[in-house]
Amino acid sequence: MSDDLLARLKSYEGCPAAVARTGKDPVNAPMIRHWCEALGDTNPAYTGPDAVAPPTMLQVWTMGGLTGHDTRTQAYDELLALLDESGCTSVVATDCEQEYVRPLRPGDEITFDTVIESVSARKTTKLGTGHFVTTRTELRVGPDLVGIHRFRILKYAPARRPEKKPPRPRPVVNRDNAGFWKGVEQHKLLIQRCTACATLRFPWLPGCASCGAPDWDTVEATGEGTVYSYVVMHHPPFPAFDPPYAVALIELAEGVRMISNVIGTPYEKVRIGMPVRLEFQSYDDELVLPVFRVAEEAAV
Amino acid sequence: MKAGDEIPPLTIPVTRTLIVAGAIASRDYQDVHHDAELARRKGSPDIFMNILTTNGLVGRYITDHFGPAAVLKKVAIRLGAPNYPGDTMVLTGTIEDVDGDTVTVRVIGANGIGNHVTGTVTVSQGSAR
Ligand SMILES: [Zn+2]
Repeated sequence: MSDDLLARLKSYEGCPAAVARTGKDPVNAPMIRHWCEALGDTNPAYTGPDAVAPPTMLQVWTMGGLTGHDTRTQAYDELLALLDESGCTSVVATDCEQEYVRPLRPGDEITFDTVIESVSARKTTKLGTGHFVTTRTELRVGPDLVGIHRFRILKYAPARRPEKKPPRPRPVVNRDNAGFWKGVEQHKLLIQRCTACATLRFPWLPGCASCGAPDWDTVEATGEGTVYSYVVMHHPPFPAFDPPYAVALIELAEGVRMISNVIGTPYEKVRIGMPVRLEFQSYDDELVLPVFRVAEEAAV
Repeated sequence: MKAGDEIPPLTIPVTRTLIVAGAIASRDYQDVHHDAELARRKGSPDIFMNILTTNGLVGRYITDHFGPAAVLKKVAIRLGAPNYPGDTMVLTGTIEDVDGDTVTVRVIGANGIGNHVTGTVTVSQGSAR
């Protein structure tokens, strides 16, 4: 890291991160009860007409919730952006130090100010390298200081885990379809043909759907086809695949249809009726699959 | 009570429900505290407990022991090994200092992978109340 970056980070020390902000809700009994329920805290001091809020809820009264606070200071935004730009895109809270000046009670309206207290030099941690940012928040009810909340986060660049993609799933090869996969190994797309009635069938099945005869031979597909239909897979992401991608039902020139991928064309450009041509794509040492590429004349 | 005395441990089963309920009760909607899929995408094996819940549990441990009249004055914690669902955290405390009504307790919360939290709590026993 350049000393220049550290100097820029350090320049935010002492700058405000929040000014005269108001808590989204006043201290209130329902939020206290939900907290106590979640944490299993049965302290009677937190219920009844003289209830106080659990002191450790201090930070809760300053939280932005789902919609956040609409007024973060420019200085704090800039600091976070600078850290993001330097690769420190992840964040984790590491320290919380609170002083409770007086108990908070339902009805107390909280205002608070936060100052960026310090930004550390680049540190290496188990999570990755990054900078600790410490803020100090003073909470008030009216003019009275009621609590001090010092908070430290680590903004860090996640340590790179060697990301080994799991292999693409293997086909299930059985007695009924072994001939098909044998063909694929030899870069041939074989279609089954009933020897009794000559009906072509795909995928491979033990008998003819037309006449019920069990005997068959094969015809090698020319490899010409068209996109009969397709879907674009967005979610859920399966480990071996990179969504989004197009899964197409290809109608072969011979008339049968098969499910495959359309490769070499952005998923959003795949269209019904597109002419495609067979290719054999190797995915790893052991896996070759028949896939389809948009035919030259229709290339987009 | 004197420095060096230990207070009885409190065992907290770290359930998925506790993690999510604690995050929501503390108004903390960071996805790593409720969405396992997004947590994994950020390099975490699962969701994990947020610091506000840990802070609250440390406070609860002390007030459970000292009783409803006790008033927390300071809680300072540092997080270490994350609290993932299915783990168990055992909070233990050692009296560090007794100054009249005020007691300082060193607290450690250990889970299956290490110390989740270490910290110091200052509590007024509230005998005057
Ligand atoms: Zn037939």
